Amino acid sequence: MTTKPEPVQIAQLLAEFEEKINAEIKIEPSDWMPDAYRQHLIRQISQHAHSEVIGMQPEGNWISRAPSLRSKKILLAKIQDEGGHGLYLYSAAETLGVSREQYIEWLHQGKAKYASVFNYPALNWADIGAIGWLVDGAAIVNQVSLQRTSYGPYSRAMVRICKEESFHQRQGYEIMWRMMQGTKDQQMMAQDAIDRWWWPALMMFGPHDSDSPRTSNAMRWKIKRETNDVLREKFINKTVPQAELIGLKIPDPNLKKISDEHYAHGDINWEEFNQVINGNGPCNQERLEHHIRAHREGEWVREAAFHSDLRKQ
Amino acid sequence: MKTADSQGELWEVFIQSKPGQSFKHAGSIHAFDKDNAIENARDIYTRRNEGTGLWVVPSKEIIAVALNESDYFFEPATDKIYRHPTFYNLPEGVTHM
Repeated sequence: MTTKPEPVQIAQLLAEFEEKINAEIKIEPSDWMPDAYRQHLIRQISQHAHSEVIGMQPEGNWISRAPSLRSKKILLAKIQDEGGHGLYLYSAAETLGVSREQYIEWLHQGKAKYASVFNYPALNWADIGAIGWLVDGAAIVNQVSLQRTSYGPYSRAMVRICKEESFHQRQGYEIMWRMMQGTKDQQMMAQDAIDRWWWPALMMFGPHDSDSPRTSNAMRWKIKRETNDVLREKFINKTVPQAELIGLKIPDPNLKKISDEHYAHGDINWEEFNQVINGNGPCNQERLEHHIRAHREGEWVREAAFHSDLRKQ
Repeated sequence: MKTADSQGELWEVFIQSKPGQSFKHAGSIHAFDKDNAIENARDIYTRRNEGTGLWVVPSKEIIAVALNESDYFFEPATDKIYRHPTFYNLPEGVTHM
C-alpha cells in the first residue's frame, strides 16, 4: 500500500475485511488488514516457525545415538522436515512485511517465544518416542485446525506441513510400542518417558480459554478456528486410548472415561507452565544459546554464498 | 563484515508433479544465486518425490495484478457468457456435441 488511508476509509476497509472473513475468503498479503490482525499473525506465525527450528534440538541430540540404522535414518528425515517446516513458516511470516533476519534477531533477543515444550530435555531413547507421539501429536491437532486459518499464506503452509507430518507421530508411537513389547526395563523407560512428557504436551495448547487474553480477536478474525481448551480435549480424547492399547498409563490420577470417546482429566500445573514460558525451564538457556551459536558459526557460509556470483564471473 | 540481508533474495518455487502437467506454485525460498535457489527448492519442497520438474523465479520479477484492481482488470470477460458452451440452445435429441 502506497498511501495511508483516511479514518473514514479505514472504517470502510475494516467492514470489507470483516465481510471477507465472514465469507471464508482468505486474506492475502497485499490485502488491507487491521494492524491488530497483522500483529497477531506476526507473533503467532513467527513463534510457530521458531518452534519448528528450536524443536530440532532435543531430537538432534539423539541422531548419533539412535539404536539402529533404520531409526537413525528416520530421525534424520524427521528433523530435516522440522527444519523445512520452519522455513515454510518463515516464508509465510515474511509476507507480513517483516524480514526473516528480523524474526531471528527477535528470537535471539528473547523478544519472540517458541513452544515451551522444547525447553524440556530428551534424556533417553524413549523420550524420542514420547516426543514424536505426544509432542508432534499435539502439534498436529493444532495444525489440522489451523489449515482453515483466515490468512492465506499461513493456511497454505499448514496444509503442506500436515501432509508431511503424519509420519512423525507414527514413528514416535512405534518406538513406544516396541519398547512396551520389550524387557521390563524397556517398559519402565517408556512409562517414565510418558510420565515426563504428558503434561508438557498438554501445555502446548496454551492457557485456559478464560486466561487467554488474545483468544477472542483471534477467533473473531478466524486466525484460530478452535480454542486452546477445545483442541486440548481433542488431543486427550485421541491419545488416551492409544496409550492404553500398548499398556502405558497416563500420569493423571483424575483421568476417567465419561463416555465413549471422552475423558475427564486433571488440571495442568500452571505454575510450572508460567515458569517455563518465562525462561526458567530446564533447557531454556541452552536452547537459545545453541541457536545463537549455530547462527554465528554459520555467518561465513552466508558470507560466501552472498559473494557466490563474484566467484562465478 | 555483515551482508545487507544475510538471508539472501526471495525466490518463488513452481513444481510439476507429473510429466506433461503444468507447473504449480508451491511457495517461496531464500537463496543467493540460481544454483543455490534450485537446490534449496529441491530440499524444501520435494523431499518426497513431489516433482518431476522444478522452476525457481526471483520473486521481484513476478508481475501481478493488484488485488484491489482485479475487478476492473478482469471486467472485460464478465459479460461474455456466450464464450461458454452452456450458453447455447440446442434441439432435443442432438448428440456428440
